[in-house]
Amino acid sequence: MRNSTKLFILSIIAVIFCGLYLFQGLNGSYDYALPRRGIKVLAMAITGVAIAYSTVIFQTITHNRILTPSIMGLDSLYLLLQTAMIFFLGSGHMVIVNKHVNFILSVGTMVLFALILYRFLFRGGKQPIYFLLLVGIIVGTFFGSISTFLQVLIDPNEFMRVQDKMFASFNNVSGDLVWWALGIVVIGLIIGWRYINDLDVLSLGRDTAVNLGVSYNKVVKTMLVLSAVLVAVSTALVGPITFFGLIVANLSYQFFKTFKHSILIIGASIISIIALVGGQWVVERVFTFSTTLSVIINFIGGVYFIYLLLKESRST
Amino acid sequence: MIQVRELSKFYGKKAVVEKVNVDIHRGKITSFIGPNGAGKSTLLSMVSRLLDADTGEVLVDNDDVRKMKSNDFSKRVSILKQSNFMNVRLTIRELVSFGRFPHSKGRLTAEDLRIVDQSMDYMDLMEMQNDYLDELSGGQRQRAFIAMVIAQDTDYILLDEPLNNLDMKHSVQIMKILRRLVDELGKTVVIVLHDINFASVYSDRIVALKEGRVVKDGPTNDIINSEALKEIYDMDIPIKQMKNCRICVYFDS
Repeated sequence: MRNSTKLFILSIIAVIFCGLYLFQGLNGSYDYALPRRGIKVLAMAITGVAIAYSTVIFQTITHNRILTPSIMGLDSLYLLLQTAMIFFLGSGHMVIVNKHVNFILSVGTMVLFALILYRFLFRGGKQPIYFLLLVGIIVGTFFGSISTFLQVLIDPNEFMRVQDKMFASFNNVSGDLVWWALGIVVIGLIIGWRYINDLDVLSLGRDTAVNLGVSYNKVVKTMLVLSAVLVAVSTALVGPITFFGLIVANLSYQFFKTFKHSILIIGASIISIIALVGGQWVVERVFTFSTTLSVIINFIGGVYFIYLLLKESRST
Repeated sequence: MIQVRELSKFYGKKAVVEKVNVDIHRGKITSFIGPNGAGKSTLLSMVSRLLDADTGEVLVDNDDVRKMKSNDFSKRVSILKQSNFMNVRLTIRELVSFGRFPHSKGRLTAEDLRIVDQSMDYMDLMEMQNDYLDELSGGQRQRAFIAMVIAQDTDYILLDEPLNNLDMKHSVQIMKILRRLVDELGKTVVIVLHDINFASVYSDRIVALKEGRVVKDGPTNDIINSEALKEIYDMDIPIKQMKNCRICVYFDS
């Protein structure tokens, strides 16, 4: 089967799931339920594309297929930020209640953090990429520890609010924010698309990429910033969900068996839309909200992750 | 001509390459030889921009390498390193097509495809063009990578120990191909070699390095003699003339 055929089939499945989610059991509620479901589908599509895109480029840059951008500590920073705001300001404060302010604050902090980290690490120009990852892990663990510390001290009622933020959820996404997120992600995609062929060359390794005339440092920096922005937007929109990227990126590699990022990224994006919309449909209509999507994602993702680890260790 | 001027590289305070001046002449095979740790690969990496030099400059046909755009440079100078680890699975044809990247940016034209075919033909890879690289022997793999460099179509081709891990037959095959590249296509080849006999038989010029400095630089015949080799390797190496080849018999010296 040709890859374009595969993409076509996946797109059809994605459209079917979106249709199912939007119209099943609507009972003629076109004015009320349909727009609300539409916003949710849009939120899932934005998140899916952002996570798929950022994970694939991150894995290409690090030459590692079991990493996700969450290793840079952005998720932990988000949780720390939310925990600290609720701890110090209270859950009734404007920065928590007002979703717009919270969104801007979260995205801003995460992107700023990523920029400072990269700036600091690339200053000498010679640091290997693994050093960056190591610093990311350490800083992420540090943020995580402070969050836990604050969560232990916090008032139990306030902790409930923190807990809401700890798991990704599409159930109370605000309508306006979706449009903002859409705008940022689209701009990111347009910028990123110019580098799509450079990414193919990057997967051959640094030396070969430099030999073939790719400005290695420039492309790597641009891609790291781009993946940080995408992760920041999707995290601020629905919560931490980067683990999900691991599944869809690897499914895409397995399914398409190509080095072409144009196909891999589009494929991973469609797969993640299928998984999110399909998963949310199952959660809402089959389990009738008795579980959440992120629980299912973490369960399936965990199993798949173990499978990948076993497979990688066999192949080397 | 590639001119290397006062090039140095330090790791901490230790100089791996120190104030090296070398001219690489057009249309010749130049071999870099010398003991382990002499700085041969480091020098080659700096010339090809894989590594930034700490001091000094490299001129390619009188243009400063640091002022050239990455893409323009990659149309004039290509480099092949000794280890080529990849985490993608490619066929020979896909790999060789990557050689056209500096010219076509990933969108192959008819002209690109013709050059890809030509390069594979040149390396005798046509029949296995759809085989995956990880299924090939070391010699075939090395030929595939050289085909990629040929497809890149640069005037200067730098190779870092291309004979590593190859048996005699494949080593000779590769060296003969390099000779043809120079004689038939007018390329300039720079090659890091460990076996001085390959350097002696196939190269036009030899640059000998030792402890980060150039100790000998000249036409092959001036370097392959017992006194010069003594200075480079600290060994007494007798030279035997066999037909047109000068062979260094270093095995029990």
